[in-house]
Amino acid sequence: MEELKNKLKAQIIEALNLEDVEVEDISNSDALFGDGLGLDSIDALELIVLLEREYGIKMDDAAEGKTILQSVNSMAEYIQLKKA
Amino acid sequence: MGVEVVSYIRIKDHKAWINGEALNLDFSAMSFLKAIYKDLGLKYPKFYKMDELSKLGFIASEMLLQNNNVKSIINDFKQDKIGVILQNSDSTIDVDSNFYDSILDEQKHFPSPALFVYTLPNIVLGEISIRNKFKGENALFVFQKYNMTFGVDYINSLFENNKIEACVGGWFNANSENYDAFLYFAKGTNKQENAHTVDNISKIYK
Amino acid sequence: MSKIVITGIGAISAIGNSTEDFLSSLMENRHGIKPISILRTALAGKYLAGEVKLSNEALQHMSGISGMQSRTSLLAAVAVKEAISIAQLDYALLAQTGIISSTTVGGMDNTEEFYYDFKENKNIDFAKLHPSGQHTNQLANYFGIDAYVSTVSTACSSASNAMIIGARLIKSKQVDRVIVGGADALSKFTLNGFKSLMILSDTHCKPFDNNRKGLNLGEAAAYVVLESEEAAIKRGVKILANLEAYSNVNEAYHQTASSPNGDGAFEAMTKSLAMANLKVSEVDYINAHGTGTDNNDSSESMAINRLFKGEDIKFSSTKAFTGHTLAAAGGVEAVISILCLNHGFIPANLNFENPIDGAELTPITELQLDVKPLNYILSNSFGFGGNNTTLLFSKYKI
Repeated sequence: MEELKNKLKAQIIEALNLEDVEVEDISNSDALFGDGLGLDSIDALELIVLLEREYGIKMDDAAEGKTILQSVNSMAEYIQLKKA
Repeated sequence: MGVEVVSYIRIKDHKAWINGEALNLDFSAMSFLKAIYKDLGLKYPKFYKMDELSKLGFIASEMLLQNNNVKSIINDFKQDKIGVILQNSDSTIDVDSNFYDSILDEQKHFPSPALFVYTLPNIVLGEISIRNKFKGENALFVFQKYNMTFGVDYINSLFENNKIEACVGGWFNANSENYDAFLYFAKGTNKQENAHTVDNISKIYK
Repeated sequence: MSKIVITGIGAISAIGNSTEDFLSSLMENRHGIKPISILRTALAGKYLAGEVKLSNEALQHMSGISGMQSRTSLLAAVAVKEAISIAQLDYALLAQTGIISSTTVGGMDNTEEFYYDFKENKNIDFAKLHPSGQHTNQLANYFGIDAYVSTVSTACSSASNAMIIGARLIKSKQVDRVIVGGADALSKFTLNGFKSLMILSDTHCKPFDNNRKGLNLGEAAAYVVLESEEAAIKRGVKILANLEAYSNVNEAYHQTASSPNGDGAFEAMTKSLAMANLKVSEVDYINAHGTGTDNNDSSESMAINRLFKGEDIKFSSTKAFTGHTLAAAGGVEAVISILCLNHGFIPANLNFENPIDGAELTPITELQLDVKPLNYILSNSFGFGGNNTTLLFSKYKI
């Protein structure tokens, strides 16, 4: 699980062009949106693309993303659930 | 009441000038626009997410608006009376092509929302407006080359009709090989100097 | 100062190949949102769209233009041809007329076909059709429009902004008349793009409904002939309406999202009313932007509520008829507004069931005929980049 989370962080940084942010800067429970990393709605959509491209997980409802994309923890749990 | 050019910037051939004075940039280790970003001491992570055209428009507008000639007077104008009227020739060709690469390969079909958004040439006007809270009229015109007469007439008529009190005007263009930008800040005035005329603009657009 | 009047209209979209077709479709509640059958795309089975159900060859035949053309310019040519005919512009007049068109995709359909060839430097000619300004140049060349040629691209407010610029050209006496509007063909580019933004509905769009699920894309071209009243009277052409006022603002909120309070929409409508010295209570109808997305419709509702403060206001979105035709939308809805003024009707906001929670606004859900008074119509067009435009059309009175 830790390995997945670190991989996910690296993928998020790359997909969202988070310049000057390192894997170590993102904690598993950090809020990705709002005060945390300061991501916005376009970033959320880009993360949905990331889940499909890298993990083959399709999400058809943007509203569903709100809980799943809360943090690295919630994203990793969702990936594990879908992959199981 | 006339219109006066307060300040101007130029980016061309991988060099940058503010009011005619060259910036001393070292971009050996990073991209050209990022070098200006660092040189201006900007902290705006959003910059890194933009396409090349928006990056250029953003950097050019920061060079223009962060310099003291403009910074010292910008609060004198109402937000909804500051316009952004620019021109360009290649529209968003660079990001159009990148977006195509994300949709046309059936094996790797992952349309990118972030790329798609930037395929609209007026998004850069939005970026500049969001950053500076400018809420006046904005427009981007696509011409084959900088149409100075059109730009000057258009902006002057906005002043004459009291649509704006100040304006960012000029030209900027980006494709994968080259950056070219000429932006200026104009405001209403009673003075005669630095009048916003085609003659004067052609003198500072070199 | 001479007024800006409209002496010609022309349009083609999923609800018809002419303004006459538009009128009968609106009068008979006949929308054009259907499965995709003209555009070749893997998404064809999954989404509905407002396509013009004619091949490029058929469009070529209708417009009379031969040679290599993008679908955007073919649609544009059909609409411009009708506008020219209604405004009775002959060769001599066209030479003194300007054109300001607008598009977001330009020659994208050709680019899609030939992208890989182009990358390998084969079939380069088609790349010449890609730029946004190309279709305007083709229109100018084909129809002999010579006084002024320009192209606007401000996303979904494009055609409305073309009208503002055209009006100013006339006011500043650079031209007596100018053809203004926009065109956008359906393309993989926009279909995939809006899909990636997750705002495409998989069924019919439901503007202003509480359970709306997004927009349907459409393709269209629509133009109006703007003219100084003086010039129109001098040549004795029938005047269809006034372009009474207009305004464009930037919301400065987000690249794609509208603010929850509808600040941009509110400002755009307010400024147009101020330009015309018109009271809120004098507005008879709003042709809303109403795309059917969660964000636009709630934001626009807020703006309408703030402006009209509980006063009864008739409004509807016609996007459930045509789909969202992007750059052309402002043109399509200008043409619809002018038809409304001339025929005294308000088109229905199709597919509406329940008002949006918190906004409690109900649009006109059934076609209304013999509407009196119907003198002033606001037409809203809001684009990505925070670019918000409101046009104010009024009934022409001698």
